[in-house]
Amino acid sequence: MRLTKITTVAAVLTAGAAVAEIVAPGDVVFDEYGAIEKSLTGVAGDPANGEKIMVTKSKGNCIACHEVTALDYAPFHGEVGPILDGVGSRWNEAELRGIIAFAKMTYEGSMMPNFYQVEGFIRPGDGFTGKAGTEPLPPLLAAQEIEDVVAYLLTLEDE
Amino acid sequence: MKIKTLSAIAAMLVSTPFVAVADEADKDANLVVNGEVELVTRAPAPAHLEGAVDEVISGWLFRTSETQSLQMDDFDNPGMIFVDQAMDDWGTAVGSEGKSCADCHGAVEDSMEGVRAVYPKWNETAGEVRTVAQMINECRTDRMGADALGYTSAAMARMEALISMQSRGMPVNVAIDGPAQETWEWGKELYYTRTGQLQMSCANCHEDNYGNNIRADHLSQGQINGFPVYRLKNAKLTTPHGRFKGCVRDTRAETYGTGSDAFVALELYVASRGNGLSVEGVSVRN
Ligand code: HEC
Ligand code: HEC
Repeated sequence: MRLTKITTVAAVLTAGAAVAEIVAPGDVVFDEYGAIEKSLTGVAGDPANGEKIMVTKSKGNCIACHEVTALDYAPFHGEVGPILDGVGSRWNEAELRGIIAFAKMTYEGSMMPNFYQVEGFIRPGDGFTGKAGTEPLPPLLAAQEIEDVVAYLLTLEDE
Repeated sequence: MKIKTLSAIAAMLVSTPFVAVADEADKDANLVVNGEVELVTRAPAPAHLEGAVDEVISGWLFRTSETQSLQMDDFDNPGMIFVDQAMDDWGTAVGSEGKSCADCHGAVEDSMEGVRAVYPKWNETAGEVRTVAQMINECRTDRMGADALGYTSAAMARMEALISMQSRGMPVNVAIDGPAQETWEWGKELYYTRTGQLQMSCANCHEDNYGNNIRADHLSQGQINGFPVYRLKNAKLTTPHGRFKGCVRDTRAETYGTGSDAFVALELYVASRGNGLSVEGVSVRN
């Protein structure tokens, strides 16, 4: 009984610590190439959830612009960005985190949205309503969702 | 006819399974309406687009052969119903002055010929650039004693369609210099401004990526030579400002107002990117 209680307390403590560890969009630290070394949450990414985010229109909607052979069960892959096959072999975790969170730090002027940026926009909107939004906006993807997508991308290795 | 159907089927067969089959475009098609009106759907880019694109291309060429064919015969073009309705409006007296458009302008075929091709246009009296829609409303409020039509309303869109039809086949030729230049420059700035949380400009989609698919959509150059367009999606006519609004909204931005100074400037600029393409009257899009 006593033991269970202690473990519960410990669990609560770690959960609390994990929440406290979320790196806010404005506090993200980049290296000179735009990579982000430190996890945004301190919690390992879940590749299965990352895969879901990639194909979900209201989430990452990544396939709107990218083709991914492993995701060809999902309809309508776009051609705006490069094919992501083998991307986990081309980039390491920190680089991928940088590309997803703030693509424009790695690729100047990129068409790819910054999924973790919340302010500094021209005419920021309230989602897809066409009405004005108030900065800071919610990020396009939450910190853990970005970690999940990174974890999924790391599974896309060259044969 | 038979050959065309066969090649359409062949195109479907070779397309990869997850690419939108319905969006296979026939990029080499020629647009001839009713077997007689030949429209220019590709033209050398106007000089002001040097360094941006070499060729300007009508949105018609980016659509499927099925959608394309609807625009090749006025009996098949669902937008023509609205042109007929606007023809009735043209002859109907409205407002406190008891006048119709025809009372002042006579036959639409004569008085409105060539108008659409040169608008938006500098208006000396107003001291600003005006769109066809604004001119329609000016007649209604100042000369007919009638209410202004909603800027993107059905009644406005169909009157614009009727007026566009009187320039069908004529090259778009809007003036960008002289007194219109300042407005044009502003429109150009808006075209390249990356708006909203997605930080995208018109140019990101319609200059850098035309010909590419973005999800299920096959990106065109975003030309307005075919406007107003009949959209199969909602079975209605869409005006340029209605389209602009949708595109800006899709960048997760606060849109500009339809009929706003900003959209008038943008319309002039976008129209100028189509200088040399034919006015299509009423085009058909998905
Ligand atoms: C609107 C278009 C767009 C969307 C949406 C988009 N990307 Fe991109 N992405 C690009 C472009 C364009 C590039 C190429 C970089 C450049 O040159 O700007 C790119 C590059 C990348 C790269 C590097 C690829 C390589 O081969 O080196 C990765 C990884 C990536 N994107 C992942 C994603 C993920 C994951 C998502 C969704 C969470 C996403 N992208 C959403 C347009 C997009
Ligand atoms: C996120 C991508 C995106 C952006 C940014 C964008 N558009 Fe579009 N636009 C589209 C798509 C998709 C379509 C439908 C397919 C097509 O015709 O290109 C479209 C269609 C159009 C059309 C209709 C073309 C036709 O022939 O029917 C016009 C006009 C247009 N856009 C103008 C603009 C202007 C002006 C802007 C900037 C204010 C803009 N777009 C910004 C994606 C975009």
